[in-house]
Amino acid sequence: MAGTPEYPVRPSVFTGMLEWFGEFGSFLWGVFRAALHPPFEGREFIRQLDEIGARSLPLVALAGSAIGVVLSLEARQSLVRFGAKALLPSAIVFAVVTEMSPIITGLVVSGRVGAGIGAELAAMKVTEQIDAIEVSAVDPYKLLAVTRIAACIVCLPLLTVAASFCGVIMGWVATTLVEPVSLTHFIDAGFKGARFQDILPPTFKTSVYGLIIGSVASFQGMRAKGGAAGVGGSATTSVVLSSLFVILADVILVKLIILLFP
Amino acid sequence: MQTASSDTVRKSATAEDGKPDNGEPAIDIQNVTKSFGPQKVLDGITFQVRRGETLAFLGRSGTGKSVLLRIIVGLQTPDTGAAIILGKNMAEASADEISAVRKQMGFLFQHAALYDSLTVVENVAFPLAHHRPDMSDAEKKELVEGLMEEVGLENYLNKMPSDISGGMQKRVGLARALALDPVILLLDEPTAGLDPISSGEIDELILKLQDQHKLASIVVTHDMISAKTIATRIAIMNQGKVLIEGSYDDLQHSDEKFVSQFLHRDL
Ligand SMILES: Nc1ncnc2c1ncn2[C@@H]1O[C@H](COP(=O)(O)OP(=O)(O)O)[C@@H](O)[C@H]1O
Ligand SMILES: [Mg+2]
Repeated sequence: MAGTPEYPVRPSVFTGMLEWFGEFGSFLWGVFRAALHPPFEGREFIRQLDEIGARSLPLVALAGSAIGVVLSLEARQSLVRFGAKALLPSAIVFAVVTEMSPIITGLVVSGRVGAGIGAELAAMKVTEQIDAIEVSAVDPYKLLAVTRIAACIVCLPLLTVAASFCGVIMGWVATTLVEPVSLTHFIDAGFKGARFQDILPPTFKTSVYGLIIGSVASFQGMRAKGGAAGVGGSATTSVVLSSLFVILADVILVKLIILLFP
Repeated sequence: MQTASSDTVRKSATAEDGKPDNGEPAIDIQNVTKSFGPQKVLDGITFQVRRGETLAFLGRSGTGKSVLLRIIVGLQTPDTGAAIILGKNMAEASADEISAVRKQMGFLFQHAALYDSLTVVENVAFPLAHHRPDMSDAEKKELVEGLMEEVGLENYLNKMPSDISGGMQKRVGLARALALDPVILLLDEPTAGLDPISSGEIDELILKLQDQHKLASIVVTHDMISAKTIATRIAIMNQGKVLIEGSYDDLQHSDEKFVSQFLHRDL
């Protein structure tokens, strides 16, 4: 595609990074413009919702459940030591909902979806399928990138809700196995004192993770070159970069949410 | 596959399909050069193709034939010179103008470049799905199945591209290139990887299409017999330059050693 060098260049790490951010920025701008101009690729978007959302659900639910169990086991230890066992439900619910389930969902999806998009688009690029789309007078940014990024933005909060749900339920199961407590009581105690800013902003911040995962993976995929090795490389860098950026974004978003909702 | 019947010939005499044909060349390549780093791939290429003409490009592998086609469709830009297609300079035209030109062009990639997440028939329907909202699904289905029949693959409609042979993929790619009823047809080695019988059938299909639609076409090929059959003119490329361009007879009378090597390898 226009703008990328057509022969190998060997930049230093620093200029390489600058160049990456420059190209990524212009990619994002292209995607943003494509997103605003109809017609929209509704069918492909639905397909991606299924691929990115529905098919990630089992993995995310499993990860959420595991967190619930682990938190229940760990928190009991320390809370009993400090004589604050009554706080166990809220400790679990807060930890799951405000931080653990958003970040774990982000990382799990980075792995599954980042690799999936990175490899799929890279394979399309190196076999000239993306060129074929362009020659058919269809905008590949709109057909491939916009639909995937939008699906990631929509799916991440939904997946996070699913992870939180599983985490809370499995947290209760693990708790009640050690010391029976009714689900109603667990939920009541767990959400007591929960405020808007403890639940909604942490859940919706994952839309930003979705933006990061979708756009980094689409970008890495669409600039791939060099056969099978290029496809593998693109899948790997998609996962590495999107996980890294998700964690960095988390730091910034947590700070931002605390500032905005004191 | 059927050959051009007298019926189709009659149709071509009145073939005014409302698409631009003001006698200007549909493809006008002016002194195009293109380098990749230190490697000069195209070194001053100039030629024209009008509607109703087929130019066959021959040349050894790696002489830049595919790059030349990619410049014509605007996937790559020339370093100097210009590719003027249907009156538009592909390197300078706006995105909308390029889209308009591309809708009038059919392009067969050297390796077919079928969409591997779609079935064969969905591949052929892809351009229609995006550019012909005016057609009903039934009309699209009829058109696509007709194209599949023309390339001899009517029994493979719902296969995935990975489940058919390379030669069949090329034929699907050809059907996809024809879906929007183009004015310009660019074929990158359409018969490479095909058996001689299928090659002959593809040649006849190309001849028939030229006759019906007054296409301006460029065919890159290694097959001299095919070039002789379908082309009005043949160009031989070597080291980034067009060595000679003319009818098959012109080429036969050339003294150029490289040209006669080319002509007599296949005959
Ligand atoms: N995007 C590219 N980047 C670097 N080199 C390229 C690129 N595309 C083509 N080339 C080089 O240009 C030359 C001509 O390629 P091509 O047009 O595919 O040849 P052919 O005549 O066999 O179709 C080859 O040496 C190829 O390596
Ligand atoms: Mg080639």
